[in-house]
Amino acid sequence: MEATAIEVNGLRKLYGGTAAVDGLDLTVRSGEIFALLGPNGAGKTTTVEILEGYRRRDGGQVSVLGVDPAVVHGRGTRTDPAVRRWRERVGIVLQGTGEFDELTVGEVVTHFARFYPAPDDPATVIDRVGLSAKARARTHTLSGGQKRRLDVALGIIGRPELLFLDEPTTGFDPEARREFWALIRDLARGGTTIVLTTHYLEEAETLADRVGVITAGRLIAVDTPRELGNRASALATVSWRTPEGVWERAQSATPTALVADLAARFGGEVPGLTVTRPTLEDIYLDMIGAAA
Amino acid sequence: MGLGLRQGVLEIRQFLRSREQVMFTLAFPAILILVFGSIFSGEIGNGVKFTQYFVTGMIATGLMTAGFQALAIQIPQERDRGVLKRLLGTPMPRWVYFAGKVLMVAFIAVLETVILLTVATLLFDLDLPDTGAKWLTFLWVSALGITACTLCGVAFSSLARTGRSAPAVVTPVALILQFISGVFFVFTSLPGWMQNVASLFPLKWMCQGLRAVFLPESFGPREPGGSYDLPMVALVLSVWCLVALVLCLTTFRWTTKRDG
Repeated sequence: MEATAIEVNGLRKLYGGTAAVDGLDLTVRSGEIFALLGPNGAGKTTTVEILEGYRRRDGGQVSVLGVDPAVVHGRGTRTDPAVRRWRERVGIVLQGTGEFDELTVGEVVTHFARFYPAPDDPATVIDRVGLSAKARARTHTLSGGQKRRLDVALGIIGRPELLFLDEPTTGFDPEARREFWALIRDLARGGTTIVLTTHYLEEAETLADRVGVITAGRLIAVDTPRELGNRASALATVSWRTPEGVWERAQSATPTALVADLAARFGGEVPGLTVTRPTLEDIYLDMIGAAA
Repeated sequence: MGLGLRQGVLEIRQFLRSREQVMFTLAFPAILILVFGSIFSGEIGNGVKFTQYFVTGMIATGLMTAGFQALAIQIPQERDRGVLKRLLGTPMPRWVYFAGKVLMVAFIAVLETVILLTVATLLFDLDLPDTGAKWLTFLWVSALGITACTLCGVAFSSLARTGRSAPAVVTPVALILQFISGVFFVFTSLPGWMQNVASLFPLKWMCQGLRAVFLPESFGPREPGGSYDLPMVALVLSVWCLVALVLCLTTFRWTTKRDG
């Protein structure tokens, strides 16, 4: 397996003369969970769909599992075995879902398994995404969250090396989201590289080894969720209640010293004490605010 | 090969599970023959019943509905729902999708023709072809006709920009062709220019080929060309197959415009 799953240099995509993706660089390491963040219209989906081989690009180099996805657009490649082998290694969960109204969950997953040379067991996959109770249900009777789980099942049935997830948990309730996160971690532990786009900062923070922020068609920052935008060394906010009952707040680069000082002043417990660093959301909103 | 067959089985299963579609598609030609057979109970001459003429138009209409209309509407809808895009992202060879559609169309066409012939035979004393040669003609005209219609349906599917607009784009075309091709009226009773326009399209030739099967030899001279002219039927339908195939290969879209 290559050390890098995805390598992108200077990617460009124009729509009617305006650049939706404008010189984007990106590296995703094999085996990591990489989250792409960015406001709507920043170029996330365009970028991901170029990597998936759905869209052509107008410039730059792209390598996905050592293959340039543009090969799928070449003449005479419809039946090219190399294209097929590449497709076998990449799992895709799209944003919009194509439904198979009158078929059951079991029928659809079993059918998709036939597309792959070494698929997972359909029943196991259905169980893994939590749809066992619905295996015999027609897909049009599923709820929004259940349909999404079916999408994921179809994305992983071929045991891909690389899995794309475009806003996978939109419409999930909190419990379903947590179960889904467990599934993704489980896949990553099994060695699958995962690239997901999401609007949920909490999702990126819990799941991702690294996050990248896209605005205006460029990747403006890449780091671990803890380090993104110098988050770890950003000023901490310390707040407490004075004996008069007034809330005080102070920003500090040395919050530990400040807390020790407060403790000495109060002679023990500091009432209502909290120490916070900026959340990923604070950092992210600052970033896209500054870029815009 | 097995994959195409599996895809066909799933397509047929989906069709059979949508009850309204089954009812309308399979029963429609039979209902039409009930209506027409009841209105025109007379003869077109020499002891040949109107039903004997109408059944040819109904068979052809059934084939056109199953091949052309169904696909030209269903494919844009599947494209809108993202079914095509999803399949494109899998290693499934692309021909498998079309193999599935072809098998579904063939299944529906055979079933609805059998129902139509059964109803017409039981209720209107339809005379079925009485020679092996006529059955053979029946077979190749139907096979070539349904092939042309299927390919045209796939080619036409790229025309509708959205699944919702597809029926509005397809239905008038099908309806007008039925009126000018001799499905509802005796073809030779239509104005000359209308006959000429109809001669450009497959439906007229499918009807004509089927008339050679269901009407007596002696009616051949009543055709506009003075005979059933089966070689011409074969030629025109083959040309349509070829043209539509080229259109399919060059214009078929897996994703919507929105998807870039």
